[in-house]
Amino acid sequence: MPYIKVDNETCKGCGLCIRACPKKILRLSPTVFNLKGYNPAECMDSAQCTGCRSCALTCPDVAITVYKD
Amino acid sequence: MSKAIFTKTKMLTDTPTHYCPGCAHGIVHRLIAESIEELGLSHKTVGVAPVGCAVFAYRYFNCDMQLACHGRAPAVATGVKRSRPDTLVFTYQGDGDLASIGNAEINSAAARGEKICVFLINNAIYGMTGGQMAPTTLIGQISTTSPNGRNPEVNGYPMRVSEMLATHEGAYYVERVAVNNTRNILGAKKAIKKAFEYQQNGHGLNFIEVLSTCPTNWGVSATEAMTWMEENMLPYYQLGVKKDKEARQ
Amino acid sequence: MARMLMKGNEAIAEAAIAAGCRYFFGYPITPQSEIPEYLSKRLPEVGGVYLQAESEVAAINMVFGAAGAGVRVMTSSSSPGISLKQEGISSIACAETPAVVVNMMRGGPGIGSIQASQNDYFQAVKGGGHGDYHNLVYAPASIQEACDLMAKAFDRADYYRVLCMVLGDGMLGQMMEPVEIKPVKIAEYDKSWATTGWDGVSRPRAVINTLYITVDELNELCGRLQAKYKIIERDEVLFEEFHLDDAEYVVVAYGTVARIVKNAIENLRAQGIKVGLFRPITLWPFPMLPLENIAGQARVKRFAAVEMSAGQLVQDVRLAVNGKKPVELQSFLGSNVPGPGDIAEFIRGLKTA
Repeated sequence: MPYIKVDNETCKGCGLCIRACPKKILRLSPTVFNLKGYNPAECMDSAQCTGCRSCALTCPDVAITVYKD
Repeated sequence: MSKAIFTKTKMLTDTPTHYCPGCAHGIVHRLIAESIEELGLSHKTVGVAPVGCAVFAYRYFNCDMQLACHGRAPAVATGVKRSRPDTLVFTYQGDGDLASIGNAEINSAAARGEKICVFLINNAIYGMTGGQMAPTTLIGQISTTSPNGRNPEVNGYPMRVSEMLATHEGAYYVERVAVNNTRNILGAKKAIKKAFEYQQNGHGLNFIEVLSTCPTNWGVSATEAMTWMEENMLPYYQLGVKKDKEARQ
Repeated sequence: MARMLMKGNEAIAEAAIAAGCRYFFGYPITPQSEIPEYLSKRLPEVGGVYLQAESEVAAINMVFGAAGAGVRVMTSSSSPGISLKQEGISSIACAETPAVVVNMMRGGPGIGSIQASQNDYFQAVKGGGHGDYHNLVYAPASIQEACDLMAKAFDRADYYRVLCMVLGDGMLGQMMEPVEIKPVKIAEYDKSWATTGWDGVSRPRAVINTLYITVDELNELCGRLQAKYKIIERDEVLFEEFHLDDAEYVVVAYGTVARIVKNAIENLRAQGIKVGLFRPITLWPFPMLPLENIAGQARVKRFAAVEMSAGQLVQDVRLAVNGKKPVELQSFLGSNVPGPGDIAEFIRGLKTA
């Protein structure tokens, strides 16, 4: 099943990936903070991820890696 | 074992960028870096950074770089390309850098058909200096130097750079793209890669204008900025190919 | 090349080619336009590139780009054009990319005139652009010397990674004199810092940068530049002494004015007046010590700076003499060219002052 991995320290919590995700399964972590004080993005439900890469394509900090089996 | 189907290009260094959260500079950096890597031309590339938010671009593009004075990147790039014709040369410039102080340089480079790629990142404002009006600031758009909204009676009209440059006989390929959604990002990548291919095949000037955002100085969130671009910039700055000598043949 | 009668501008252009320069980016402006004209024909003949830029601002930035790519490159202009180039010159000094700029001074300020002048001494040696930097400035007094100095300028530029300016004036550029463009043994210098395309392994990534955003970074850069300038001040001073062995009056002048002073001195010597000339050839580094030593000699009574300006060289003379002896100024304004008689009369006046 495809899934994404967000580099928490690189993410600036801008939310563009959330806007881009067609499945609307991304959010800013309500609990995790990175060193800069941002809540990094995270996937709420990997099962729905299609590996379309929209999140990674719009991330200005190239913080998202997309995997597929 | 799962396979990565999207990873960060090696043409970008590991240095975290200084850009504001959601600033589209980061997206355009990736598109340019990926294009160079996919064409296998990293070893020949010399990039020229502007004065503006992207003044630190030499820390992010993982190739030989030069930093030009404000507005002079096309001239610096000309100096590099004319003296090292086998290099792949690009400039990366903001709208203030290119269309205001650097207007003579870009127009002359286009008129000369300079065999370089020029990328204009148009976010309709001066970012680094804190949100002043730029040549591409829209009518009515508020900035720190158009506090009541840009008034054409006083500050004239926003400049459509791509259309202007497409009138030059020396312009080989001119296209305006945007990075507001996935489809447009993929389209922008195609255009940027084509610009490099044309240069690699000895053609120029190759010019891509990328409509971009400035959440901080527009005073909106990163996602709202994308919507603002769609509702305000796209109608005035029409996307599409303005000139492509290759396609015409 | 054999000895030939050549116009100054064209001889200097040919000398640049002999010195290995293959790239020129320039713009027309009287009284130096023969340099770009000549090179637009000659550079393609020697596998070089001549490009006329849209302005002097663009031209110096093209030079900056090519210099950053590690080639021998030059531009030329005159006073107003050199003013336009100052931001680029400051950047070249900061990035330490070697380059040569020829400046044929004309009357100023403003559009000024097209005749010769020396009114840009300050601009050339006190740093016409922003920041703490220096250019190595050579002031030839003849076309032959200008050609010899072109070879030196390109070599010293590469050696020290500085910008060298060859500072002439409208007369030097426009007059014709017999000259021999000597073959130049071109020394090679390490240019691994240049942006030639990075294979990722053979050298560090090349970055030609002038942004030093933190105090520590800029302090370190400026310190490095000042250390370099100290070495240049120690090792690169050039000057000529003419009839100074027994001189009681010392005239200080450079460039074409120095030649006119020599005529005046010949006449005055014939009348038994012990006057000599001290001619700086490098305006920066200015020959402070030699001039200071001369000022220390008891027989030397008085100095006089003679220049086609309101008094710019005289300030450095006063700095060097440091109050030991009085320093007078004979100033020729508005591109007025001094005659030997004018100067001789002035020097005779020094005796009675």
